[in-house]
Amino acid sequence: MEHYLSLAVKSIFVENILLAYFLGMCSFLACSKKIETAMGLGVAVIFVLTITTPANWAINHFLLNKGALAWAGVPNIDLSFLSFIAFIAVIAAMVQIVEMVIDRFSPKLYLALGIFLPLIAVNCAILGASLFMDERDYNFGESVVFGLGSGIGWALAIVAMAAIRKKLEYSNIPKSLRGLGITMILTGLMAMGFMCFAGISL
Amino acid sequence: MAQALISKKDRKIIKEAMWDHNPITFQVLGICSSLAVTAQLKTALVMGVALTLVTAMSNLVISCMRNMIPSKIRIIVQLSVVSALVILADQFLKAYMYDVSKQLSVFVGLIITNCIVMGRLEAFAMANPPFRSFLDGIGNGLGYSAILILVAIGRESLGSGTLLGFHVVPQFLYDHGYVNCGMMVLAPGAFFLLGIIIWIQRAISGYAEES
Repeated sequence: MEHYLSLAVKSIFVENILLAYFLGMCSFLACSKKIETAMGLGVAVIFVLTITTPANWAINHFLLNKGALAWAGVPNIDLSFLSFIAFIAVIAAMVQIVEMVIDRFSPKLYLALGIFLPLIAVNCAILGASLFMDERDYNFGESVVFGLGSGIGWALAIVAMAAIRKKLEYSNIPKSLRGLGITMILTGLMAMGFMCFAGISL
Repeated sequence: MAQALISKKDRKIIKEAMWDHNPITFQVLGICSSLAVTAQLKTALVMGVALTLVTAMSNLVISCMRNMIPSKIRIIVQLSVVSALVILADQFLKAYMYDVSKQLSVFVGLIITNCIVMGRLEAFAMANPPFRSFLDGIGNGLGYSAILILVAIGRESLGSGTLLGFHVVPQFLYDHGYVNCGMMVLAPGAFFLLGIIIWIQRAISGYAEES
């Protein structure tokens, strides 16, 4: 239990997927202008990450790894080179399924997340979390916690950034620094702030 | 020969992609990976080459198929072409440059979701003939690599005092108390440097965002 808690703290704060590994920057920059959209996208990312990371763990464990196909009677096949294409297909399919399920059972949430769900399929944070899960050999429980933690960390960062940019509307920034430039520098300051968590270990 | 092969209009495509419409500073595409691999110049160079090749080849392939792809499933077709090319690049790196491939870790795979590749496929290759799309891919890849190399030069020389592993900061500076700026190797340094580069590029090209 403690192990999972420490993994969660690590993936939310210490190794924040956005501020330490730069994943999901594109949608982070594009959608952090308003707090409401940032919030919606953040929730959608948490949702999709928590589902796709364990799903890709299962794909890896039962289909792709060396010897993983032993249950089908062919123990010597190593398909791990196919992991990229399998992961991206799982993510695209999952996003589609999640979209349909939400549409069926909670039209309200569907309206709120609406346009963001399809965008998530090409968010690098989602594929990145699956690839990290593969590289670090997490087990099933760890991959659930890691997916959830990374999602929360990403949502935290984008909501905080949207709040800062709202305040920024009133400040007088040099003309060519406006928009992207100042956002990069602010993100750098935020990354420095998050580095203070580096000493924490449970 | 080169003059006849690449017409004036084609050259304009490359120039526009590299400077006026630079993928990173103007189109705001592909920032994710551009920061993660720039702590050292070597990884940045390899990443730039890999991305340029993937963008150019996927532009070429998709442009050849553009009249056959039903528009409803075009995203999945594009993704599978791109992932096939990225798998090729990844296997090549693993076979011939194993240590670099270890350093790049997941970021080779992340070329698939790099917005530059998808963005150019959607915006250019779906509507233009193959050769021109290929040039557009090369131009965007080079524009991306140029920013990558600038950031990497800044980060490696200020952060570790080396370039491609060779020492560039002379010893007598260290003797007089010069210290490497450790922050440049970490994440915040990348954000600051890229922010400043964007500022300079936009100040020169005169482009400004509203708000």
